[in-house]
Amino acid sequence: MLAFTLRRAIQAIGVMIAVGIISFSMFRFAGDPVNQMVSMDTSGAERAAIRQSLGLDDPVIVQFGRYVANAAQFKFGISYQFRLPVTNLLMERMPATLELAICATIFAMLGGILMGVYSALRRDTLLAHAFQAISLIGISLPTFLIGILLIYLFSVTLGWLPSFGRGDVVHIGWWTTGLLTLSGLKALIMPSITLGLFQMTLIMRLVRAEMLEVMRTDYIRFARARGLTTRAIHFGHALRNTLVPVITVAGLQFGSVIAFAIITETVFQWPGMGLLFVQAVQNVDIPIMAAYLMMVSLIFVTINLVVDILYTIVDPRLRSTVSRAH
Amino acid sequence: MTDTVLSVRSLQVEFASRRGTLRAIDGVSFDIAKGEVLGVVGESGAGKSVTGLAVIGLIDPPGRIAGGEIHLAGTRIDNLPPEEMRRVRGKRIGMIFQDPLTSLNPLYKIGDQIVETIRTHLNLSELAARRRAIDLLAEVGIPAPEKRIDGYPHEFSGGMRQRVVIALAICAEPELIIADEPTTALDVSVQAQIISLIKRLGRDHGTAVMLVTHDMGVIAEASDRVAVMYAGRVAEIGPVQAVVKNPLHPYAKGLMGAIPTLAGEDKRLVQIPGSMPRLSAIPRGCSFNPRCAFAFDRCRVERPEPLAQGAQSVACHLYDNAPAESAA
Ligand SMILES: Nc1ncnc2c1ncn2[C@@H]1O[C@H](COP(=O)(O)OP(=O)(O)OP(=O)(O)O)[C@@H](O)[C@H]1O
Ligand code: SF4
Ligand SMILES: [Mg+2]
Repeated sequence: MLAFTLRRAIQAIGVMIAVGIISFSMFRFAGDPVNQMVSMDTSGAERAAIRQSLGLDDPVIVQFGRYVANAAQFKFGISYQFRLPVTNLLMERMPATLELAICATIFAMLGGILMGVYSALRRDTLLAHAFQAISLIGISLPTFLIGILLIYLFSVTLGWLPSFGRGDVVHIGWWTTGLLTLSGLKALIMPSITLGLFQMTLIMRLVRAEMLEVMRTDYIRFARARGLTTRAIHFGHALRNTLVPVITVAGLQFGSVIAFAIITETVFQWPGMGLLFVQAVQNVDIPIMAAYLMMVSLIFVTINLVVDILYTIVDPRLRSTVSRAH
Repeated sequence: MTDTVLSVRSLQVEFASRRGTLRAIDGVSFDIAKGEVLGVVGESGAGKSVTGLAVIGLIDPPGRIAGGEIHLAGTRIDNLPPEEMRRVRGKRIGMIFQDPLTSLNPLYKIGDQIVETIRTHLNLSELAARRRAIDLLAEVGIPAPEKRIDGYPHEFSGGMRQRVVIALAICAEPELIIADEPTTALDVSVQAQIISLIKRLGRDHGTAVMLVTHDMGVIAEASDRVAVMYAGRVAEIGPVQAVVKNPLHPYAKGLMGAIPTLAGEDKRLVQIPGSMPRLSAIPRGCSFNPRCAFAFDRCRVERPEPLAQGAQSVACHLYDNAPAESAA
């Protein structure tokens, strides 16, 4: 178990180094950073001094080593636009993105599992067919369009929910949360649905397919032959076996939820990392772009690792093969 | 017979398909008495599993019981409402399937699965059920049951898992056990142990056992009576000694010829030429007639009904001495 975790952790570090190379090379392709920092009339000597102080004259390898060493300590340099440390900017924006992503995932999991189980167990009902239709819409409509439609309906037409922003937030240490105020909660609803809808349809389809598959297995047939109640069979046995792959997928998808939050945050002017990233792209603010890439990758990799470990906890077969094989 | 546990009368099972209704079981009748083991043999597709599933009420749509009656210790069970039938399953009828590797839910400890089944059927506390589970594991021959009860299915070998499955099947003291090829998926070395375990449990608890198998050796060894099935019907049924030594039905004769001798000098199985008809193309008259060396005119038009021949019962025109209603 420990060896397994360790091996996965080493793999994760490998991935992060690869991402580091990509984000480091962004600086090289985006032209001379000194030009971004100085005005037109800065003298050549001053430019050279800045180059010197930034270490831009060192060999690439040395620069990369320094970049990685800094990144490992969450030092990503100074934003060109804001003249503030990138790390501070990201940390300030992170709670908004994480709260949004978590709410969207919870929405997607609850909705997806409920709808998926229902449409597997009551396959031929009208409602099951309706769920299938909804899932098709959810998969085919682009996120921004769903967001705009929601805004049009609930903000513009009905005036029930705010069309942008996070509402009032409460500070808890460095973290800011919108979960403790009414306006914060109201502001969360539409962005969460927008961001989670695609995941929800994905989970619903997965749950439905897995559940149908599980219901055909021998152990379900044997459970029925043992006279267990329908409830015990459906929710004790079939659902639990269905959830193993579902948890994996939902967990792995959490990374993409954060990545896709860029679009939702733009539509709803949600003050998260995604919005910061979009602004950074518009202003060619490479340090923010590079740091964002690193942060999102780190989240991805961490989730992968956690899911792998969780997986072995849920499924006893893996637990012992893992400890036996390593 | 006063001690009849299971009585199946003129059972018919049909499956609706796109090309019409297929009758998989067509008029099967047999009884099993308390403590008796009825062996059921027949080629693949003869309807052995479907018969067992019909008895325990697990024929799923598009299949259905289309006719006949099934009685368990005097009560009719084939027309029970689903919830009542569920309470019969596991409580009064225990089932053992072919593959112990896939019969247990891999995510639950075997003890939890046994306790769950016990508590579904018997009014016991968690602790009492657990104690009973340990006793059951001991009874089916699992060493150190108080430790193994907390193991997961994958931690058991195939033979041990089948023992767990058997413990699950008997955990509420059923009157009838249906074992559908319980050893087919197992190592040869453990097959005999599992069969003798089932036989012993049946004897100790007075349970009636329906033992489906392909293995004529198992039949000869474990069963009291044997039913030979062919194309959804019972071709012959009778005491095992009689049917094995002196089969009457031409198909049974062919099958019994297929028993490898104990000494093992002739392992080649005698093959009956041809193969069993598909359900969509069951011949008129006796369904065996295209393959039967004794077939005569009547066999091609009239379906043979079971006839008593001493302790045996055989569905074959050869044994019908009454004059046939001739078509002329
Ligand atoms: N769900 C089903 N739908 C349609 N036909 C079925 C279904 N289940 C069984 N049958 C048909 O019923 C017939 C009897 O099948 P059954 O499984 O009882 O055979 P069997 O004697 O148990 O064979 P085997 O020795 O291979 O287990 C076969 O022709 C089979 O195709
Ligand atoms: S009834 Fe005729 S065809 Fe059928 S087994 Fe008897 S002799 Fe053969
Ligand atoms: Mg079968």
